Amino acid sequence: MMSFLSSSDFWFLVGTSLAKTIFLIFLVVLPMVSYTVYAERRVSAAMQDRSGPNRVGFPISLLGFKKDFSPFLGGLGQPVADAVKFLLKEDFVPGHVNKPYFWLAPCLAMIPSIVVLAAIPFGSTFLGVDMVVANLNVGILYIFAISSVGVYGIVLAGWSSNSKYPFLGGIRSTSQMISYELGLGFSAVPVLLIAGSTSLTKITQYQVDHGWLLLPFTAGMPGLREILLWIPVVIAFVTFTICMFAETNRLPFDLPESETELVAGYHTEYSSMKFALFFLGEYTAMIAGSSLIVVLFLGGWNFPFIPDGSAGWFWGLVNISVFFGKVAVLLFFFIWVRWTLPRFRYDQLMKLGWLYIFEIALVNVFLTAGILAFTK
Amino acid sequence: MSPILFWVFALMMLVFGVAVVVNRNPVASALSLVVSFLGLAALFVSLDAFFIGVVQVLVYAGAVMVLFLFIIMLLDLKAEQRRKLNLAAWAGGGLVTLIFVAQLWAVLKRFPLGRQPFPALPPGPHDDVREVGMVLFSTHNLPFQVVGVLILVATIGVVILSKRELK
Repeated sequence: MMSFLSSSDFWFLVGTSLAKTIFLIFLVVLPMVSYTVYAERRVSAAMQDRSGPNRVGFPISLLGFKKDFSPFLGGLGQPVADAVKFLLKEDFVPGHVNKPYFWLAPCLAMIPSIVVLAAIPFGSTFLGVDMVVANLNVGILYIFAISSVGVYGIVLAGWSSNSKYPFLGGIRSTSQMISYELGLGFSAVPVLLIAGSTSLTKITQYQVDHGWLLLPFTAGMPGLREILLWIPVVIAFVTFTICMFAETNRLPFDLPESETELVAGYHTEYSSMKFALFFLGEYTAMIAGSSLIVVLFLGGWNFPFIPDGSAGWFWGLVNISVFFGKVAVLLFFFIWVRWTLPRFRYDQLMKLGWLYIFEIALVNVFLTAGILAFTK
Repeated sequence: MSPILFWVFALMMLVFGVAVVVNRNPVASALSLVVSFLGLAALFVSLDAFFIGVVQVLVYAGAVMVLFLFIIMLLDLKAEQRRKLNLAAWAGGGLVTLIFVAQLWAVLKRFPLGRQPFPALPPGPHDDVREVGMVLFSTHNLPFQVVGVLILVATIGVVILSKRELK
């Protein structure tokens, strides 16, 4: 692929890719992860009629100011304090663990969920550069492939800990993720059929032209075809979201780490920054999953009456903000569900995955194909 | 494609392929096989075969090997680690490998297509998912359906066998 690019094009490609990666990871996703943790604590507190962390501000009194800076809500410095706490705590490695794998597991839990972000189109264009790190024509398959590798982190953590609760957590997580991967894949197929491509950029472009798949009226009055297709899209959206909850190990499907049964599941034996990597990996996977839902069903960076990046750099920035705004709404939904629903029992989880979600998603593929064939 | 990348990934594949056999710990063997598969996927991607490369990771590294690991972890690993190397087994394995390589060489020598360079693809982006799908459902439709039936039979067989175990 590189062979037909001239040298200056090649270095431009390398430079912009690096800039986009650094922007996406360090300026958007990692801060978003730490503030999702903060939001989780504040929202859960609000739902349980508590205050939550509302004290920690930014300690600018260390720099000679009179008071710490504690903006509107209070507690906004909490993620910084959490990070410092994780880094400074003693990193205790129990004697009975299998050391190489014990060290490898947290890395494997964090890396795939970051690598997945490469294929996600998080904006239209900015100064003429496409806002996607790797514009793959197999984008969605790439995301499924990399996130399926993510299970190794949890499995290895459970196995190398050499202790019963982590092991049970690892075993549960393996079978859970394999079961729900099928449902996840099949739920995405209707979208691929409708957009006619596996490229996430093309799926977004289809939604810019024809209206968001879940809200077809965003690009004017929908025709009969769009209205008929709305039925399988809603089914696909529901099954896809349920499977995404299971894939990211979030409640009501957090069986791998259900603290009432398994202490803390696969990361029971971990402390300090190693534990934090599992924690961050889970939230990064949540952000990646929400981004995928936004791209597939909610129009990606598109918003009615807002032009794309070709209208100027300002609109390019607005598109990026719209995308992450939608992701933030979905993250709130994730948190909201976690503090509302009780946990499933393990056999109920497997039954739901294999007997209902999988079949519904499969039938939905045929329904979509039928509608597409008859309304051509 | 840069030859350096080819050698990096080819070496990675070979080294971890050997590690699968040499490692005494079954979990380490399984993980080495995963890394070997990732190297293979990288080789596919460097040939612009994105679809095959990604499916390699999705199916083999992401699903098949996870199941393997799942089973290995439930077995008694200590017995496998303690087992001594058997000289007869060594010799037998070496002999089978030699015969296989010799046969492969004999077949490839009489395979004229193997010596012709493949016609170059037209430059520019390819929608390889579409192309693979078109070939699969038009030219090779019958073999594709036969494979589908075969897998269905295997699935039903597994269900029946595991049900009988339970009684």
